[in-house]
Amino acid sequence: MKSKRSAVNFLIYTLLFALAAVFLAPIFIILLNSVKSNFYISDSPFSIPSGESFAGIQNFIKGFTQSDFLQAFLNSAFITVFSVGGIVLLTSMTAWYIVRVSGRLTKIIYYLFVFSMIVPFQMVMYTMTYYAFELGLNNRLGIILIYIGFGAGLSVFMFSGFIKSIPKEIEEAATIDGCSPIKTFFLVVFPILKPTAITVAILNAMWIWNDYLLPYLVLGSGKSRTLPVAVQMALTGGYGNKDMGALMAMLVLAIVPIIIFYLFCQKYIIKGVVAGAVKG
Amino acid sequence: MQKTLKKYFPVFLLPTLLSFAISFLVPFVMGVYLSFTEFKTVSDGKWVGLDNYIRIFTSDKTFTDSLWLTVKFTVVSVITINLIAFSIALLLTKGLKGTNLFRTVFFMPNLIGGIVLGHIWSLIINGVLGYFGVDITYKPEYGFWGLVVLMNWQLIGYMMIIYIAGIQNIPDYLHEAAAIDGASPVQSLFHITIPMVMPSVTICTFLTLTNSFKVFDQNLALNGKSAETSLLALDIFKTFYDHTGLKLAQWHGTGQAKAVIFSILVAVIAFIQLRATRQKEVEH
Repeated sequence: MKSKRSAVNFLIYTLLFALAAVFLAPIFIILLNSVKSNFYISDSPFSIPSGESFAGIQNFIKGFTQSDFLQAFLNSAFITVFSVGGIVLLTSMTAWYIVRVSGRLTKIIYYLFVFSMIVPFQMVMYTMTYYAFELGLNNRLGIILIYIGFGAGLSVFMFSGFIKSIPKEIEEAATIDGCSPIKTFFLVVFPILKPTAITVAILNAMWIWNDYLLPYLVLGSGKSRTLPVAVQMALTGGYGNKDMGALMAMLVLAIVPIIIFYLFCQKYIIKGVVAGAVKG
Repeated sequence: MQKTLKKYFPVFLLPTLLSFAISFLVPFVMGVYLSFTEFKTVSDGKWVGLDNYIRIFTSDKTFTDSLWLTVKFTVVSVITINLIAFSIALLLTKGLKGTNLFRTVFFMPNLIGGIVLGHIWSLIINGVLGYFGVDITYKPEYGFWGLVVLMNWQLIGYMMIIYIAGIQNIPDYLHEAAAIDGASPVQSLFHITIPMVMPSVTICTFLTLTNSFKVFDQNLALNGKSAETSLLALDIFKTFYDHTGLKLAQWHGTGQAKAVIFSILVAVIAFIQLRATRQKEVEH
């Protein structure tokens, strides 16, 4: 019996390792090619770099300087951090107001937010871009406002769900003690919301960091472009000549920060994504 | 408290509502209106009634073509992703050592953005096809299956996590009782595990459904150039932005009408999902 069981376990492990190899192979292949010289990338993408095909960190230097990668990286970081901060702060306040001030108006507003979660981006793509330009929001600061508007649906929905489960009495006690609603919210309510705030932050960060179409339409491919836009421009030859080595290095540079972030905050990310899926 | 809080409307509600109006509400309402017009820009729409909608289903074939392609793509992706994800979840809930490490690896592709994913797979698929002297644009089937593989790679880990949570929620005594009654592992899989994870199946089915139906970035980066492999979202984008010249106003109107129909289709899927999950909640 025992030997049969260990045979089964061996089979499962073999299967799992094979699957893991399949899952990691694409990333591994990109890593390999990022240290190969141009000719060998398109000619033999699956060969191991050695001798004359090995290019060292040359590709990374090119990828970094040619396409002004650093600028795009910083743009993405700036937009993601401040949009997520704004979303967490503003939508948690909004959700608390909507739940606590019950009335027909707040109900309508709530359902508008929920409705916006369903509508695909293509529906508002053209008109939204027009208003962004008309109102002068087509820059790194303005796009944050747009992201707050787009992130509001899911975020208000998730915060509201949690706030409904918090007993009112705690807040009422704070009010009786003389706290204004603003003080009550930041000293009493927001600390309780922390787990949901982490989930909301992770979901929005992943979306905004990887988002392509919105920043492409609003910010374009100029100086304020984000990382996905820079990658797309470079790989479709938007900057003139295609330098395959530099492009592979760019792909690696685009993935590495996400993977590092993932390995450190894995627990929160997986929890957040599952919570978002079940509620959304 | 409600009365005092109500006065704080400008602090708590206004900022969010304002950005929501600018980025979604006003563009949405104008989008619906403009689908009945021809327009060069948002402010110069000329009413044409249902012309745009009629054109989509008669003279302009790209919409129906890409709709059919999207449906095929969605069906294939939903089936493959869920089957593989569920199988992996079964393997990872056997209580073996190192399970967490595998879970970490399988989930990782989900965090990489669609554009980067598309270019990674474009290199690999073109690399493989290169041995046969062709590339991904050679046949539309290549682009189609390439996109299916990409979606599988991206979403399997995500669905696997949800299935694992579902399987772990099944109380142990059910399997133990079945074993005592002489049920084989296969029997207890079909009579206990699968019926008990049905709520997870519903969630995962709809997540893969909407994700595949709305796919854009991956499609653009992997095989976006060819019209034959453009799914709905990409076809709408091209209708808007790939045209110039005299008929621009007509193209914009057509694109907006396509977007309205696309939204209705997505809303129908979401509505069915809501009903399905509600029913499950009643049963339990």
